[in-house]
Amino acid sequence: MSERSVEVPSPTAPLRAGRPGLPARSGPRRRRRSTADRITIILMVAIPSIVVVGLIWLPAISSVVLSFTKWNGIGNLTADNFIGLTNYQNVTTNYPPFWPAMTHNLIWLAVMFLVATPIGMFLAVLLDKEIRATRVYQMALYMPVVLSLALIGFIWQLIFSKDNGLLNAVTGSGIDWFGDQRYNLWAALVATSWRQVGYIMLLYLAGLKAVDHSLREAAAIDGCSESKAFFRVIFPVMRPINIIILVVTFIESLRAFDLVWIINKGRNGLELISTLVTQNVVGEASRIGFGSALATVMLLISSGFIVIYLRVVMKGDR
Amino acid sequence: MSNQNSEPLSGSVPSAFLSSFASSPMSRRTMLMGTMGAAAFAALAACGSGSTSTSTTGATAASKASGNVSFGSNQSDAVPKKAYADIISAYQAQSNGVTVATNTVDHNTFQENINNYLQGAPDDVFTWFAGYRMRFFADQGLAGDISDVWSKISGESDAMKSASTSTDGKQYFVPFTTYPWAVFYRPSVFKAKGYTVPKTMDDFYTLSTQIKKDGLVPLAFADKDGWPAMGTFDQLNLRLNGYDFHVSLMAGKESWTDQKVKNVFDAWRKLLEVSQPDSLGRTWQEAAQSLQKNEAATYVLGMFVGQQFTAGADRDDLDFFTFPEMDSNVGTGAIEAPIDGFMMSSKPKNAAGAKDLLAYLSTAAAQEVYVKGDPTVIATNSKADASGYTVLQKKAVDFIGSAKNISQFMDRDTRPDFASTVMIPAIQTFIGNPKDVDGLVNSIESQKKSIFAS
Repeated sequence: MSERSVEVPSPTAPLRAGRPGLPARSGPRRRRRSTADRITIILMVAIPSIVVVGLIWLPAISSVVLSFTKWNGIGNLTADNFIGLTNYQNVTTNYPPFWPAMTHNLIWLAVMFLVATPIGMFLAVLLDKEIRATRVYQMALYMPVVLSLALIGFIWQLIFSKDNGLLNAVTGSGIDWFGDQRYNLWAALVATSWRQVGYIMLLYLAGLKAVDHSLREAAAIDGCSESKAFFRVIFPVMRPINIIILVVTFIESLRAFDLVWIINKGRNGLELISTLVTQNVVGEASRIGFGSALATVMLLISSGFIVIYLRVVMKGDR
Repeated sequence: MSNQNSEPLSGSVPSAFLSSFASSPMSRRTMLMGTMGAAAFAALAACGSGSTSTSTTGATAASKASGNVSFGSNQSDAVPKKAYADIISAYQAQSNGVTVATNTVDHNTFQENINNYLQGAPDDVFTWFAGYRMRFFADQGLAGDISDVWSKISGESDAMKSASTSTDGKQYFVPFTTYPWAVFYRPSVFKAKGYTVPKTMDDFYTLSTQIKKDGLVPLAFADKDGWPAMGTFDQLNLRLNGYDFHVSLMAGKESWTDQKVKNVFDAWRKLLEVSQPDSLGRTWQEAAQSLQKNEAATYVLGMFVGQQFTAGADRDDLDFFTFPEMDSNVGTGAIEAPIDGFMMSSKPKNAAGAKDLLAYLSTAAAQEVYVKGDPTVIATNSKADASGYTVLQKKAVDFIGSAKNISQFMDRDTRPDFASTVMIPAIQTFIGNPKDVDGLVNSIESQKKSIFAS
């Protein structure tokens, strides 16, 4: 998108009309490029490509390959290690934590999508109203995002602890918030929403600041109410930001890991696919093939969302 | 102090290669974790390389030990770290030229990375645990045969030797310290309330009724970390089914759907009625504190429970008794006492020096230095001077010395993958819902089959 907006005023644009695939500065000017320029460009393309392929694509592909093996991380991978779909069969039928983990991931996604993200967006709209001390509120709401996870775990421990926690002290209840399977997922969701709200708020606020003021004025002159102006004018204009928010929410929910790991290593009611992968792959357990099968399941699910995202973005560009 | 670390899975520094599996291609974390893992790798590699330059002379001297030995230690806490430093300097003073470079790695990180560590550039000598955990690496060829060191060792019992022996009949381990698992209590509380130490499980339940009446929790209990409750399972299984069945069950040779195993869970369900509730949200430290604060009367744990007590009068008021008898035909001869010690890497840069150091570490002199700093463990060498021991340590010596059979601990007696990915969730499921034993054992058995088959 941004590339195109640069191209439009360019005097060379008509010459390139038939070749939309080429980068912005190709065409007649290509011959004038010095060797140093060329080397710079090659390096700038090659290094990120190598990094992306080496650190993202290769591990992802090896993970998929390993998911068909029973490799334990010791010695070399041999033909004997390949066991076909056994790992997937075991994951789905012979691993009790798997289905709870899938359910928890879905609940996680639903709560983030339906509760945390809308609250964050709502707060952003409120803070955009130039209310007094808006920066103080922004800081307060954004604070959870910058705090270290160890500290966040500690803060929520102080609140949710059964014997010494703030929540039980105030309400007089004796609920074991982090230990009882009936409650701990929801307790973790409250804690994670606390972070997500601040994160979404900041992203959305940045988007709102960029919206042209004349749009609001025009809407006001036309007699739009506040809420109508937001939903009919501002919200549609914010489409790129909305998509980013949507994707951030999906990805953050699917890879949710750190908070539950701090609470109880993702066991006893807090199973998530990501924690199961870690439990199986990292450390002495070394069920690398099995863990990779879990990771592949996660990869497939997130790819689904990414494909949807890319389709929406590309459709918008056309 | 870290001898409580039976914890099979914790910490979060994965290796570069493995961590990337966990992420989707679009995730920023892939990069971050990859970088972290790479850093961890680099750190471990750096540990190993410390000795490369200086130890080349040692490798050639096969008969006479000399040169530099690298020593990988997981004792990252201040007190044991200092004790190790003292032992190493005492060793160097009498070693005729063998010097030791100690690389201390955080306890959990060390355990997390053990696979990569041993396949990378491991130190010549490193800290590890006896039992299946030792055999697992010995069988994979990742540990060095030190049978010839054992010909020089004196004062280590036959039980210690068999705990150091792998499936091929050779020794791969040198024991250093050990500690018992038992039922811990406050003698002052028992005295004040007129309780007597229960000999059988029936006695224990009678006592529990009395304890409850007095407003105390009969048995402290915690399993937030996943591993402490394994100790309770072990005790029940040893008392109901005996040592041989326990070992064979841990080795994957018995069926978990056997009535004998169901009996263990049934007995445990009864025990849960007198145990501290909400255990899945409590750490062992918190449970130990409820014993320390006289809110609970007893607690089944390893002797490291003493770490939660203040040295002096507070810790002196801590005693233990063996887990009560449940079947007079089985008795109480089998106890659980994990052994910590040392192994040699499979390709040490300085084999002669490494073996010399290992032989020294098995001596009473070396172990005495350590147990002085940590009163919750005892030396494995029977010649160690017990006069400096606390009352509790002396009792532990007698307790372990008179045991007929000694098991290690569930996560040291079975495959690490089975212990951490099957048994931890299974036991936590049982504690959450103790009624469905049949479903539980069926699930354990079918997962066991798939894991032990690989």
